[in-house]
Amino acid sequence: MNTPISWIKAYVPDLDCSVQEYVDKMTLSGSHVENAVYLDKNLEKIVVGRVDKIEKHPDADKLIVCQVNIGDETTQIVTGAPNVTLGALVPVVLDGGRVAGGHDGSPNPENGIKIKKGKLRGVVSNGMMCSIEELGSSREMYSEAPEDGIYIFSEKSGVKPGDDAVEALGLRDAVVEFEITSNRVDCFSMVGMAREAAATFEKDFYPPIVKETGDDDDVNKYIAVEVLDTELCPRFTARVVKNIRIAESPEWMKRRLAAMGIRPINNIVDITNYVMEEFGQPMHAYDLDTIRGHKIVVKRAEDGDTFTTLDGQERQLDHDVLMINDAEGPVGIAGIMGGENSMVTDQMTTLLFEAANFDGTNIRLSSKRIGLRTDASGKFEKGLDPENALAAINRACQLVEELDAGDVVGGVVDVYPNPVEPVTLPFEPEKYNKLLGTEIAPETMLGYFDRLGIAYDKETNLLDIPSFRQDLRCSADMAEEAARFFGYDNIPTTLPHAEATAGKKSFAARVEEVLMNVAEQNGFCGGMTYSFESPKVFDKLLMDPEDPLRKAIVISNPLGEDYSIMRTVELNGILTSLAGNYNHRNKDVRLYEFGNVYLPKALPLTELPEERKRLALAMYGDCDFFTLKGVLEEMFIKLGLSERASFEPSKEKTFLHPGRQALVYVDGVYAGFIGQVHPEVCENYDMKCEAYVAALDLPVIVDKATFDRKYEGVARYPSVNRDLALVMDKGIFVGDVVKVMKEKGGKLLESVQLFDVYEGSQIAAGKKSVAFSLVFRSSERSLEAAEVNKLVDKILKELETMGVELRA
Amino acid sequence: MQNKIDEIKKNAIKAIEEACGVDNLNEVKVSYLGKKGELSKLLKGMKNVAPEDRPKIGQMVNEARAMIDEQMSKKRAEIQKKIREEKMSREVIDVTLPGRKPLVGHRHPNQIALEDLERVFIGMGYEVVEGPEVEYDKYNFELLNIPANHPAKDEQDTFYITKDILLRTQTSPVQARIMETGKMPIRVLSPGRVFRSDEVDATHSPSFHQVEGLVVDKGITFADLKGTLQQWATEFFGPATKVKFRPHHFPFTEPSAEVDITCFKCGGKGCRMCKGSGWIEILGCGMVHPKVLSDCGIDPDVYSGFAFGIGLERVTLLKYEIDDMRLLYENDVRFLKQF
Repeated sequence: MNTPISWIKAYVPDLDCSVQEYVDKMTLSGSHVENAVYLDKNLEKIVVGRVDKIEKHPDADKLIVCQVNIGDETTQIVTGAPNVTLGALVPVVLDGGRVAGGHDGSPNPENGIKIKKGKLRGVVSNGMMCSIEELGSSREMYSEAPEDGIYIFSEKSGVKPGDDAVEALGLRDAVVEFEITSNRVDCFSMVGMAREAAATFEKDFYPPIVKETGDDDDVNKYIAVEVLDTELCPRFTARVVKNIRIAESPEWMKRRLAAMGIRPINNIVDITNYVMEEFGQPMHAYDLDTIRGHKIVVKRAEDGDTFTTLDGQERQLDHDVLMINDAEGPVGIAGIMGGENSMVTDQMTTLLFEAANFDGTNIRLSSKRIGLRTDASGKFEKGLDPENALAAINRACQLVEELDAGDVVGGVVDVYPNPVEPVTLPFEPEKYNKLLGTEIAPETMLGYFDRLGIAYDKETNLLDIPSFRQDLRCSADMAEEAARFFGYDNIPTTLPHAEATAGKKSFAARVEEVLMNVAEQNGFCGGMTYSFESPKVFDKLLMDPEDPLRKAIVISNPLGEDYSIMRTVELNGILTSLAGNYNHRNKDVRLYEFGNVYLPKALPLTELPEERKRLALAMYGDCDFFTLKGVLEEMFIKLGLSERASFEPSKEKTFLHPGRQALVYVDGVYAGFIGQVHPEVCENYDMKCEAYVAALDLPVIVDKATFDRKYEGVARYPSVNRDLALVMDKGIFVGDVVKVMKEKGGKLLESVQLFDVYEGSQIAAGKKSVAFSLVFRSSERSLEAAEVNKLVDKILKELETMGVELRA
Repeated sequence: MQNKIDEIKKNAIKAIEEACGVDNLNEVKVSYLGKKGELSKLLKGMKNVAPEDRPKIGQMVNEARAMIDEQMSKKRAEIQKKIREEKMSREVIDVTLPGRKPLVGHRHPNQIALEDLERVFIGMGYEVVEGPEVEYDKYNFELLNIPANHPAKDEQDTFYITKDILLRTQTSPVQARIMETGKMPIRVLSPGRVFRSDEVDATHSPSFHQVEGLVVDKGITFADLKGTLQQWATEFFGPATKVKFRPHHFPFTEPSAEVDITCFKCGGKGCRMCKGSGWIEILGCGMVHPKVLSDCGIDPDVYSGFAFGIGLERVTLLKYEIDDMRLLYENDVRFLKQF
């Protein structure tokens, strides 16, 4: 909402503060200022001058030398402007002054243009006469300004030499832009903002007094109104003005509209715009002679109807769009835009004013569907006060009379079957203070309320809530009103002194923190990717067409196909990030990410999906499968899972190398996977290197993890060590061999360490040699070599059944 | 005999002094103290000595042996010291060469900011809880006093899955879920991912994080809300930080406020970061709306509460002076390694 301070002052004449003070205090009382534009920015030392003498420049055909009376003195100014005449009153910037810009209309420089006296072709010029562009405005807003040349004050303006020209042009003003919250519909009007300003600065508030208007004629002879859908149109008021006299609006009205950025057009158009800004009530003007049957019918359109709005566009309608019709057909889309067929023209003689109230939600949704948002719909969609409609239409008629724009016909057509019920609230100062933590005196609160137009009845202890304050409905609302004007700044700062609570994080958060730390200790950086992705991801990951993970949740209104499904696999984001790093030639990149996958129980969704948090790890560079496996193993140690976790060889994950992948189990429950990224998947992500990924399913890990530890003692007795070099088929997994060793070695086998794997010329084709170091130890005694040998024999015997033999 | 011993001593000391290495010194040792050394030879000649003089001579020989031995040890220590020093003088390194970098990863800046934030509130007795990201309309809007067709629903540009299920636009639904459980008092912090259909640019992302705080108990006041956030701001942004509360509107709080803090870059003087105002808008907050309380089954005449919502990315961007939000989601290690 833009508000020129000068317009606010029209209703709060005692408002006397700098623009900055105004901005600061209004913000603190709840009207957040987005921006303040000073209309007199960079306009310095500019006065009204009268051209008393004009001579030709001795050395230049296109220049003239003027003697200009600037009040106390006459000064010489040389100009090339074509429109300067003897006796003309013009804005003159004096030596050392400043103007906003050049006269060619190019963008104004930040600090304006400094004007100094100098010589033009040898003749002294003590300043410059200004065009409207040089004063920072335009012919759009000052239609009387010439297309090319100096701005000349009209005789009506009443200015005299020496006057402040900036003031005379109405530019000693600032336009303050407020961010109005959706609950304060009343503040989308000059009167509403002035009421806030008056209350904020504790000044008297003088809203415009709307007077009786109209002659002895009867409006009902001119127009009849029928509203068929009173839900979508709770109120419709209409008045008629005859003998229309189209003319220019007076300067004061033009200046106010110009300051708002509204281009003045003519008195009738300007009045509707003016009242819309002043009262926040959109108005519509029809040429009554185009209203067939002199009848207005408000009703819904039919599906498939079309209508041409006054901008010449044909619009598609449906049954939820409310239309204004005459006796034969539509003449406007209610609350959005009028029709081409009933448009006002300079030739019209009789005018029909409409000020109606429409359902805000309906207007908002219709405007969205039609694809047409106007100033009017923007106001209606907020849900206006029906009481305001009558005041606004009467105000417009009053302005018609004041501006002599026509003859107002007596009477109003007012279709308002269900007037809004007055709202009262009990005055509960203790309750407000209790909620706020303040001790504001009840009389002080009543003072604030009074300034806001909220009356108090002492007898009933009731507050009369004005109809324009639809946001005041409970005691918390009133507490806010008291707080706003008491000042949020003045409310004390305390800490809750209630029952103490234990601050904590969940066990899951602690597990995540451990995982994060291990990942980082091993060179992985934390990443973050989107939860939604493209359905093409499944193909990129070579997933089977029938893979149930392809059944992903689809967003009905996504930003685009690339962001249209909720991820069911945790890999795409991190692989995309890995590829981004590869593309930037970053070396040895390791990334991890915690994020949810979203697994629907059924599609389309009837209940919330299962959200499972996953840890994804990805890496390329100086690393291999076992680098990544080592990281997972370290995580398992930290989470007390190392004895319970296993890595089972697998070919199941399509996006992984079929010979280099394992599924991770904890206590036999699936908990994730690890492997080398399938070379084709790498290609799909434009990576020409080997990459490794792993993922852990957090719910399982969290469920199994434990931080309970018991000291197991440090070995006191010596160990007996045995190194075994074994030969076996290549296809036999070392993990299976180790399993046998542990099983047969029993409690006395303290550890099994693999120290060499060899394939090559020294052994038979298709075989590999694997060397282990076995450590046997008892915590109670020194072991005898013989009992260890017995255990080793047991192990070897069992291994023989698998075809594993001691290397010769 | 006496003279002979003195002579041996003199020669031995000379030889020790002239010795130029451990090996050389060992040779000297053998030649004087060894079984076939000079002193042993002398002892072998004892048979020619009168028996009554033998103990005296023996003592003199032993003294000579001890003296030579001592000299030897001294010399040995000297030589070893010299060798060590020579070795060290060859081992000089350029200590200004850079250290070998351990391969250590880095936390995501958003995560660091979140942990910093959580620490402050956990210290004030808040429990950290999480809620679902795919949420019912009921929790995201309806129970938060945003009924069907409320303009706020449009303002928040919601991603919908079905008519009733959506991607949560705020972490506030966790408020409703916690309140519904009816366990009092409530003091929770709920960080999480939220979604709004904003196109990606330097300051917008369709997916970002909020941190929601909620306190409900008997006698909770707006003054408590002010005190809590003031304490957070000074702990999080520094002790000089001032906090300004401006009236605002949110459907689920009343009274509501937006909170500005003094710009931590310029300290409030005005700079490019705070667009010259000296203040930075940091969060929205307010007293839980009585309708929200009662819709969640809490009697607003008995209990009151406050809630606040902090945009995590906004805090991260401000804290680290990151000028483009997209960097947070690109995961380029050249970016991530700076935190």
